[in-house]
Amino acid sequence: MPDGALPVLDVRDLKTVFQTRGGEVHAVNDVSFSLKPGELLGVVGESGSGKSVTMMSLLGLLPSPPADIRSGTVQFDGKDLLNVTPEQLRSVRGGKIGFVFQDPMTSLNPVYQVGFQIMEPLRKHMGMNKRQAAARAQELLELVGIPDAKQRLDDYPHQFSGGMRQRVMIAIALACDPQVLIADEPTTALDVTIQAQILELMKDLRDKLGMAVIWITHDLGVIAGIADRVMVMYGGQVVEHAPVQALFGDPQHPYTRALLKTIPSIQGERAARLTIIEGQPPIMAGAPTSCPFRDRCDVAFDRCAVENPPRYDLGDGHDAACFYNARTGGPRDA
Amino acid sequence: MLDSGKKPLVSVKDLKMHFPIHAGLLRRRVGEVKAVDGVSFDVFDGETLGLVGESGCGKSTCGRAVLRLYDITSGSIEIDNREIGTTPQTDLREMRPTMQMVFQDPQASLNPRMTVEDIIKEPLDEHTTGTDAEKREKVGELMDAVGLNRKFAKRYPHAFSGGQRQRIGIARALALNPKFIVCDEPIAALDVSIQAQVVNLLEDLQEQFGLTYLFISHDLSMVRHIATRVAVMYLGKIVELAPREGLYAAPLHPYTKALLSAVPEPDPSLARTTERIILKGDVPSPSNPPEGCNFCTRCPAVMDICKRVEPEYREVQPGRFTACHLYNGTNDTAG
Repeated sequence: MPDGALPVLDVRDLKTVFQTRGGEVHAVNDVSFSLKPGELLGVVGESGSGKSVTMMSLLGLLPSPPADIRSGTVQFDGKDLLNVTPEQLRSVRGGKIGFVFQDPMTSLNPVYQVGFQIMEPLRKHMGMNKRQAAARAQELLELVGIPDAKQRLDDYPHQFSGGMRQRVMIAIALACDPQVLIADEPTTALDVTIQAQILELMKDLRDKLGMAVIWITHDLGVIAGIADRVMVMYGGQVVEHAPVQALFGDPQHPYTRALLKTIPSIQGERAARLTIIEGQPPIMAGAPTSCPFRDRCDVAFDRCAVENPPRYDLGDGHDAACFYNARTGGPRDA
Repeated sequence: MLDSGKKPLVSVKDLKMHFPIHAGLLRRRVGEVKAVDGVSFDVFDGETLGLVGESGCGKSTCGRAVLRLYDITSGSIEIDNREIGTTPQTDLREMRPTMQMVFQDPQASLNPRMTVEDIIKEPLDEHTTGTDAEKREKVGELMDAVGLNRKFAKRYPHAFSGGQRQRIGIARALALNPKFIVCDEPIAALDVSIQAQVVNLLEDLQEQFGLTYLFISHDLSMVRHIATRVAVMYLGKIVELAPREGLYAAPLHPYTKALLSAVPEPDPSLARTTERIILKGDVPSPSNPPEGCNFCTRCPAVMDICKRVEPEYREVQPGRFTACHLYNGTNDTAG
């Protein structure tokens, strides 16, 4: 890492394949990224781009079969998470790596009080007794901004609103002071005003606790407001990766450029017509032998059909997987 | 109305849709959810009225009630100069061709056991006379209009992607040459790159067939794109209704201001400088709304009067309606 700090999480060449009746689906293809302490990495992509599967693969959350992690390494805390016993992995999950899921309605157990659900990881991972865990659970609920924390510990999930339930989920994920928090579309199921509350909360917590965060979303607006670096995924691959300003100010991959153009804004000029990306996302059967975005790309040329572009380093922490050089307006050298 | 040149195609007055809550051993009526509680608006011929609000504010119920998919509690709905607020469902059937709906979930609103052709043909079978060949030809035309390949007519919905399924739903809504279409979150279930395709299609069809839309959405940036005028709902009531440009440039109601400021801005330099209004708390329950103004529990500009008196929904500037004490001329604290 040029910035000195060692990454807390380092993923190299991760490849996940699903065996289905219709054949293999290559959901994640050679995905590499790293995460520095205290950093917020945004991961954007449409549904099916492999962003959630990537994160679930590295935590061993995918059932196998059908999932098969073909290759890759995930360095975390001096270990390769793809190469540890299930017990070791279990102690990492919910412990040093916290996870917040998309749907706060279904990821809490409806028959247990939320206090119990927050205390569970504390007792499992931190070896706390009931009283210590209860005190810590109350602290956590206060931390995520739930009023009357002490009383609310005895409430059941249905007694909380959507935004409050997502706060409870965040409290559970934060319970064991994680070094890394993975948030998979944590605000997608929420209303915009509640989403704004959760985004503020996450920014606060990150500054306060100094953990690294991976924020998965399909909403570029959310990313713009919260991320330090952004990784754009398409067809199971990382197509562009850059610091947030550079990604929005100087996008290099045709997919990123098209994506930025399709979203209308509530500020600035109102376009008479929305720009669209023609066609459909790719079906990822078989290992990729060409650029996955080729069919929808406006600058594709012959080479894109026969070779899958690697990620070209463009300097300043910016890279893009494209044979077309947007800066010179011509093909890249071989 | 200010715009006397245009006539309203749809005119809704004081529409109320309350759902009873039954509880206890005898299932007695113990209260009601005031999903839509006194909503009035006009939709002019050929325009798109955007209806925005957060989940649970009653926007979908409002859209469905306007088409009389519910038996409404009270109020009047006039579509194409016919009052349908109290028309019995059997008589409404004849009027259905003029008013259609596009649903949110393209997966759930298409019968998985019917081919695309049968799905689009069903309204034709129901409401028109003609030979099967004529109807099939019409189905082909509709598929062309929404950008589906005619060759796929014999396929089932599962063979199509989300965006294509939404096109099937739109083709079905268009089958009877309607004048008015309620689009209930038609793009919410679609990916960003596909959303733009469907929105452009809706705009093209509007121009081609002279359609009038009530476009229900929670996506404020998309509504800014498609709507001519925008109505903002909160807890069963319209808090503000204004032409698009005015509403987005200078919102009047504190809720509209907060809602607009909460929309994430896809530009990091703007996103980090924009002052956000973060609303505290959650939306109150529509079965037990607060006294006075519905928004008084979360409003950053709340005054004493807001907690006692419900603000009147009125035209405060030409063409701009809002229900807020801040714009009440008689209230001296508005200063």
